[in-house]
Amino acid sequence: MNINLTLFLQMISFAVFVWFCMTYVWPPIMQALETRKTKIAEGLAAAERGAQEQELGRQRALEVMQQAKTDAAEIVAQAQKRYNDILEQAKQDADAENSRLKSAAQAEIEQQANRAREELRERVATLAVAAAEKILQQEIDASAHKTLLDSFAKQI
Amino acid sequence: MSADALTAQHYIQHHLTNLTLGLHPEHGLSFARSSAEAAEMGFWAIHVDTIFFSLLLGGLFLWFFKSVAEKATAGVPNGAQNFVEWIVDFVNENVRGSFSGQNPLVAPLALTIFVWVLLMNTMDLIPVDLLPFYFQHLMATFGADPHHVFFKVVPTTDPNTTFGMALVVFFLVLYYSIKIKGVGGFVGELTLQPFGKWGMPANLVLEGISLLSKPVSLALRLFGNLYAGEMIFILIALMYGHNLIMDVSGGLMQLAWAIFHILIVTLQAFIFMVLTIVYLDMAHQHH
Repeated sequence: MNINLTLFLQMISFAVFVWFCMTYVWPPIMQALETRKTKIAEGLAAAERGAQEQELGRQRALEVMQQAKTDAAEIVAQAQKRYNDILEQAKQDADAENSRLKSAAQAEIEQQANRAREELRERVATLAVAAAEKILQQEIDASAHKTLLDSFAKQI
Repeated sequence: MSADALTAQHYIQHHLTNLTLGLHPEHGLSFARSSAEAAEMGFWAIHVDTIFFSLLLGGLFLWFFKSVAEKATAGVPNGAQNFVEWIVDFVNENVRGSFSGQNPLVAPLALTIFVWVLLMNTMDLIPVDLLPFYFQHLMATFGADPHHVFFKVVPTTDPNTTFGMALVVFFLVLYYSIKIKGVGGFVGELTLQPFGKWGMPANLVLEGISLLSKPVSLALRLFGNLYAGEMIFILIALMYGHNLIMDVSGGLMQLAWAIFHILIVTLQAFIFMVLTIVYLDMAHQHH
């Protein structure tokens, strides 16, 4: 119960304990707590950001899909149009070729016919001359054969 | 203990005497063999038991907290770290709630006070005769008379401990009052309120008393509560060794008082811490 030197020793011990606590105990623990606090805050913020980004990504994906659908429909429509064009073109080409061939054939036929006619005419003339020669050789009785010769000449 | 040779009065007095080492005018440097001898040693004596247990418990506290602090991780804490963080957080919250200034000393000071005082108070829950009994027998093997070997295991029932802590707090209050407010500001605070400059003597008396009452009340509150608590344990212990009914009722009373005393043990440590924070906060405030 007496107040004595113990008082000073206890004061010194207390001061040393406080100093020790302040130097070696408190700062590392507080630092760990602070770091954890920051980490948790960062984690929560990152989670929030992630959720936002996911939502944005989802919307973006929807947009892309919509766009792709529109593009695809457009491409199909274009292809259809192109198909029709080509078909039409081919029809026209075929018609043109058809008439061209037809007219060429017509011309050929006409040419052939003309040539045959010419040839025939030459042959008939030759034949007529030959016939005439023969008749002339046999007898020429101009008066008797005059009618015949005339009809020949008319025919030529 | 209380049976034959010792009367109740001796028993109580025996338990309230510290193991005092000092320079006795007749016996020289020795352990006091009675409370009268301890008193005769005057100021230059030390209470070995108080010093031993306070250093042991303070060392235990700092060793445990330091070992946790070294391995402290910002990741998932293990059990020990979780426990330490729980206490540190509790103290830190109290400091933040009551202390408005910026001072890196206050929070570690509060932590040291809370845990150290709590540990010293908890020594009160060890049955009063247990440690003294073994210590007396140990000393008897060295040739000491066991009846004159004193041993007090609760450092906070020694006013040297509580006044020592309170004085350190008081010096901190003075230091920071002068540092923050300047000598003029501090003197002004002591002399110019509450009655203005014409009531200076009255102001000085009032403020001086309120200033000095801080360490005194801080020390006496802790000492008084723990001293009274220990006294009741001693009185209950007097009931043992007479007959079965006394033994059983004494045991029940000791149990009941110990359970209630847990509250006092914690509460007094908490009050000492909170008042220290508040006093230092007042020292940091400008007017």
